Amino acid sequence: MSELTLTVMRLGFLAVLWLFVIVAVQVIRSDLFGTRVTQRGSRRESGRAQQAARQAPPPQRQQTGGGRRGRNTPTKLVVTEGTLTGTTVALQGQTITLGRAHDSTIVLDDDYASSRHARIYPDRDGQWIVEDLGSTNGTYLDRTRLTTPTPISLGAPIRIGKTVIELRK
Amino acid sequence: MSSTTNPSTQHTSTIGAIGAPSRRNTELALLVFAVVIPVFAYANVGLALDDQVPAGLLSYGIGLGLMAGVGHLAVRKFAPYADPLLLPIATLLNGIGLVAIWRLDQSERLQASRTFVEAAPRQLMYSALGVALFVAVLFFLKDHRVLQRYTYISMAGALVLLLLPLVPGLGHNVFGARIWIKIPGLGTLQPGEFAKIVLAVFFAGYLMVKRDALALASRRFMGLYLPRGRDLGPIIVVWIISILILVFETDLGTSLLFFGMFVIMLYVATERTSWIVFGLLMSAAGAVGVASFEPHIQTRVQAWLDPMREFELSRAGVQDGIVHSEQAMQALWAFGSGGTLGTGWGQGNSDLIGFAANSDFILATFGEEIGLAGVMALILLYALIVERGVRTALAARDPFGKLLAIGLSGAFALQVFVVAGGVMGLIPLTGMTMPFLAYGGSSVIANWALIGILLRISDTARRPAPAPAANPDAEMTQVVRP
Repeated sequence: MSELTLTVMRLGFLAVLWLFVIVAVQVIRSDLFGTRVTQRGSRRESGRAQQAARQAPPPQRQQTGGGRRGRNTPTKLVVTEGTLTGTTVALQGQTITLGRAHDSTIVLDDDYASSRHARIYPDRDGQWIVEDLGSTNGTYLDRTRLTTPTPISLGAPIRIGKTVIELRK
Repeated sequence: MSSTTNPSTQHTSTIGAIGAPSRRNTELALLVFAVVIPVFAYANVGLALDDQVPAGLLSYGIGLGLMAGVGHLAVRKFAPYADPLLLPIATLLNGIGLVAIWRLDQSERLQASRTFVEAAPRQLMYSALGVALFVAVLFFLKDHRVLQRYTYISMAGALVLLLLPLVPGLGHNVFGARIWIKIPGLGTLQPGEFAKIVLAVFFAGYLMVKRDALALASRRFMGLYLPRGRDLGPIIVVWIISILILVFETDLGTSLLFFGMFVIMLYVATERTSWIVFGLLMSAAGAVGVASFEPHIQTRVQAWLDPMREFELSRAGVQDGIVHSEQAMQALWAFGSGGTLGTGWGQGNSDLIGFAANSDFILATFGEEIGLAGVMALILLYALIVERGVRTALAARDPFGKLLAIGLSGAFALQVFVVAGGVMGLIPLTGMTMPFLAYGGSSVIANWALIGILLRISDTARRPAPAPAANPDAEMTQVVRP
């Protein structure tokens, strides 16, 4: 067998061996699993349509909400701590319920939360209010435990068990 | 997948486990690759030695392909979510090992020796048996947690396996190391290779129960957690047993493997660095102590410290009651003459090593014929197996599975280190075999079983979580205690 053929085979073998290693490492790269937060509508199925739907509501809200919207009106609720970190809910004038019950708007996966823990709703002026629904461990706005329905200011942390949520623009 | 927000509410984000996809097709593609590479190497050896494609190419390729195919189908059927890399890498290593063994079979120098037997067909048969055991593990072991029930039975089993070579009549002494047993009519067996797996089961079961006592009851001294005296019991018992193995079976490798595995698992179970410090001190003390009076170990240490002198003594035929070995030096020369890119398959002279060229010293053949570049790739492949094992341990949800996966992959890593380090002259040479590459039935069969258990644990770990409880309202709220 000619010297050249053998040299080519020798280098070729090393090349395919390393190619295998590289492919294996690529498989590891694509093999991530665990927990992931997916923005519904942007990445999930039929992203376009969902995105369109997501942009559509604001004008609607403007009409139904009576137009009394100041600069400091929050537009979304963000979970900043706890297992649901990163979850956002758009505020459209609907009541948001929080708790472990499966029909809550935000289902808390938190041992220290009650089934129906708290709710957040807009009053007639469009001011968002948080109310504790007789939970076992209480709802805290900043450091104070809530006893009555309380208005929420932008960025104030609402603490439920290990979960912290706040309103943002 | 658990959607934690109410599906009726739009514009929220969902949180769910990324359903680790089953990855079986990736595995299949890699397997095809893993079969093609050894076939290529096999053709290469034939072309280099006899200027023609070897006659057995087709049957060899079909044999390896069948093994891979059966393994793959078993995984698809019994462990659909298992790790996609372990099986292809093991197949590739096994295939390349077979090529190297076959290549050494073709050596005229080795054929001239008295003890020559065709090793490749036997190794192919052992590999097939190994894959059969692999399939059996996946079939019978539906849940690795079952093994937890046999914690203390495994301890007894491992001790029996370790002691078997010492039984007169059954034990079989091969060149100074008593780690074989002879089964009449069947050949020899190295029970230590199987003891490795059984012992991992025992350590995992034992440490899972005792980890708290070992981790928490300790005093802090100079930045180290010193365990209480009575908690030192287990590590001392394992240490004594491994010293006894060293003394009576004169096998440094097995002894190091078991003690090292225990220390690794102890460290993982307790998260205390002090155990590693203790382990290193104890193994160093034990090895030095035994080496001071055991001639077999002394030879090995001598050959490690000054291989050239041993080579010359052996060549000169010096008879001073100590067996001088040329092999350590020959292995180093093989690595040296291979250089970076190697001499090419079939064109090296590693067969000069003679006895054990295809088992303990097989890495030297690779070092010569595929060079540093090839050996690095092989070591990386081993590292990938270990990495997948550790990743399995991280992903496993039950502590027993975690410890078992860590123990098995730790033992695998230690074995590779001990053998490769020995052949390359980093540590004294020990009589162990490179997993999957080297000739040796027990080793290849036991390692296939090991891969099977790892795949079982990883299947359990990566399986998508079951649907959430039907009625979360029924759960009690925990109360914060002030």
